[in-house]
Amino acid sequence: MVHGEAWTLKEFFTYPNEYIYWTIQIVMYPFMTGLVAGAFVLSSLYHVFGVKELKGIARFSLVFSFALLPVAMLPLMLHLQQPQRGIEVMMTPHFTSAIAAFGIVFSTYGMIVASELWFVYRKHFVEEALKLRAIENRNLGEHLAHLLFSALTLGAMDLSDAALEADERAVKKLAACGIPVACFLHGYAGFIFGSVKANALWMTPLMPVIFICSAVVSGIALCMLTYIITMEIRKFLAARKKHLYPELPSPEELKSAELQVVTMTAKYLVMFLVAAITLELLDLIFRGYTAMKSWDILRSVIYEKDFVNIFVIQYGMGNLLPFIIFLTPGLTIRRAMLGTSFVLLGVFMMRWNVVIGGQAFSSSLSGFMHYTLPIWPDSMENFKEGLFGALTVAIVPFVLFWIINKVMPVFKDTH
Amino acid sequence: MKSHVWRPLYVVLLVIAAVLVARKIMVPADFGVGSRGYMYGWHRPSNEEQWKQVSVKYRTAEYCKNCHRDKYDEIKKSPHAAINCENCHGPALGHPDDPKSLTIDRNRELCARCHFRLEYRTSGRGKIRGIDPKTHHPELECVTCHWPHDPRKEGRT
Amino acid sequence: MISRRNFCKKSLLMAGGLAIPLAALELFDPKRLLAEKADGKKTRWVFLVDTNKCVGCGFCVKACKIENEVPYDANVTRTWVERYIVTRDGKTHIDSPKGARDGFETTKIDIGEGKFEEIKNDDIDKAFFVPKLCNQCDNPPCVQVCPVGATYQTADGVVLVDRSWCIGCGYCIMGCPYGVRFFHPVYHVAEKCNFCYHRISKGMQTACVDACAFGARRVGNIRDPNDPVTKVIMTERVNVLKEEYGTTPQVFYLGLTKEVK
Repeated sequence: MVHGEAWTLKEFFTYPNEYIYWTIQIVMYPFMTGLVAGAFVLSSLYHVFGVKELKGIARFSLVFSFALLPVAMLPLMLHLQQPQRGIEVMMTPHFTSAIAAFGIVFSTYGMIVASELWFVYRKHFVEEALKLRAIENRNLGEHLAHLLFSALTLGAMDLSDAALEADERAVKKLAACGIPVACFLHGYAGFIFGSVKANALWMTPLMPVIFICSAVVSGIALCMLTYIITMEIRKFLAARKKHLYPELPSPEELKSAELQVVTMTAKYLVMFLVAAITLELLDLIFRGYTAMKSWDILRSVIYEKDFVNIFVIQYGMGNLLPFIIFLTPGLTIRRAMLGTSFVLLGVFMMRWNVVIGGQAFSSSLSGFMHYTLPIWPDSMENFKEGLFGALTVAIVPFVLFWIINKVMPVFKDTH
Repeated sequence: MKSHVWRPLYVVLLVIAAVLVARKIMVPADFGVGSRGYMYGWHRPSNEEQWKQVSVKYRTAEYCKNCHRDKYDEIKKSPHAAINCENCHGPALGHPDDPKSLTIDRNRELCARCHFRLEYRTSGRGKIRGIDPKTHHPELECVTCHWPHDPRKEGRT
Repeated sequence: MISRRNFCKKSLLMAGGLAIPLAALELFDPKRLLAEKADGKKTRWVFLVDTNKCVGCGFCVKACKIENEVPYDANVTRTWVERYIVTRDGKTHIDSPKGARDGFETTKIDIGEGKFEEIKNDDIDKAFFVPKLCNQCDNPPCVQVCPVGATYQTADGVVLVDRSWCIGCGYCIMGCPYGVRFFHPVYHVAEKCNFCYHRISKGMQTACVDACAFGARRVGNIRDPNDPVTKVIMTERVNVLKEEYGTTPQVFYLGLTKEVK
């Protein structure tokens, strides 16, 4: 079986070499980079625009954005037929290709987020390093921790007010620089698809903008959701350990802070959701109105074969339901959880409908290709490009987040 | 620059330096812009020669003519004149050294490629005389009755 | 202190002044002049397909697979032949079973997943065969989208893939409007027809041209005015596939009609 043959069903006339080559991992990649960009924009809303209510979630989303970064590379590594050559994108980039932008944009964004995190956590690093240095006979774990935190301070041990203010100013500047870079990180992903003239569904100048808007939507939604879940865990732990550590905040204190943050963030979520759906509907209406040569087959893909995926799941569950949930007064934490989950589903389906939907019809415009996601990983190829590969990509950021949280704790007040 | 604010920048510069060093090591020295410019000619030029070195499998009837002159002449005077020897005998490769002899494909499917009668009047196919392989002596090889080097002659078994 | 008016005047003057020598560089660039003339190259490979002559025997597909070491049983091919049958009700039926590697063994149209469509001879208005291969475009969209420079165009117009550099991302396969690219099942990199570059560089013809007994396929050099292929392209009514994409394909077709996809 050639690559793609195992999961492609062809109907009517397709060119002999046509298979669905860009599968679940190519759906996961823009989804993950979208989360990265969105999480960063959310964090910047506090650092740059000073939206005070978002302070609690700002640091959280910055760390999460950093945890998501290496994960953004993972679907690409799993998809490439020659993953060990992936580094060539940095070595001999061909900038006429949108994918070549990956190397520069990714590295730039990574460095901005890493630098911003350094400034946010420098005080914590210095305090931890000094604390560990004070211990007389360090065991192996403490010794390694001491090395790590000392290295992370980069030798800048000054914790005076002036130094900390310099940190804050640097954070603000970096967050401001980072917003366009985050937009570029996902805009270029949209350009990857939008510039392919050979694909009638992908080619539209709106694609980069649609991707950016839905990226911000997904980032905000994920941060809200993870924030809520983490707060629930904190509340649970606080209640259990209250008698040991009376200085921990009470569950009531935690709860009220949480709802305020969530309500505030939900406003921004709805704004970007409106932008995203407007552009997508605009694209659809234009295509139907101008009815180019490809419209015949596109119509049967959009309104018949993919009707449920597009209108029921993406637009219905992913857009309409969240609108109702977030715009009806009296938002509760539980409703917010439901709403953000639907939003994430909708954003995922948008990526699916673009990537898989764009390959659902042949370039001959006279045939169809049906994608069956490989479920059970009975071969390396079916693992990498199947359900289990996708699940791996989905779970790794949370694992990384847990690890990074040990070095850069999201809930400790470091200022 | 005394302020500690610049420390991350130094780390960044270090990373960039590392990438440039890696590039020097990993990228072939001749990689660059070709005659078609950066958009269409960004490549490793030595690859062009590699493609030219691919071995030739089919040598064409002109090569067979050198030793098999009689068969060559017979075919060239027959209705099958335009068919290359290797279409039915497989690629010459290093023949006569390797392989010592070429196969003779006597399968019905081979002849049926052209002689399965298709009523396509608007195509060259419609001008080729043919049969329905399912009904026309399905138990025999075509060459039992037809001589492929000159289809006007009777077959030799 | 300079006044605003003077500042604007002086800036415009400076900009204008700078533009002149820079523009002169443009005007008198000898390289560009030569390029615009006829780009000075001696060879530009082109292909000529006569769909009136093609009988759908598939010998070209078989020869190509063997000559270019594409695994015979794999369902990918560097070249293929499509069958078009236009019936009286105005419908066009198209198929290409295994790319016509074994010719067309049945009158039934292969519509995928083991299903076939019966066509009665009396219902046929038109029926013909169309061979397809890489167009070696002058503006190859596949080369434009390669992120690492693994695919490129040679000076004589053939688009090649560097097997040792391709990362297998598949962007070039998505970028080709003609569907000629695929992943090689053994090397796991991008692959496509390259006009048998190893043969044409030695003065031979491509394997498919040699295998075609009906003269439906021909390869030539458009820069050679004495080349018979060049003469046909210059004097007869030829067409190309999907011209609206702006790829400037260099495979020319005789008898290419509106049904062809």
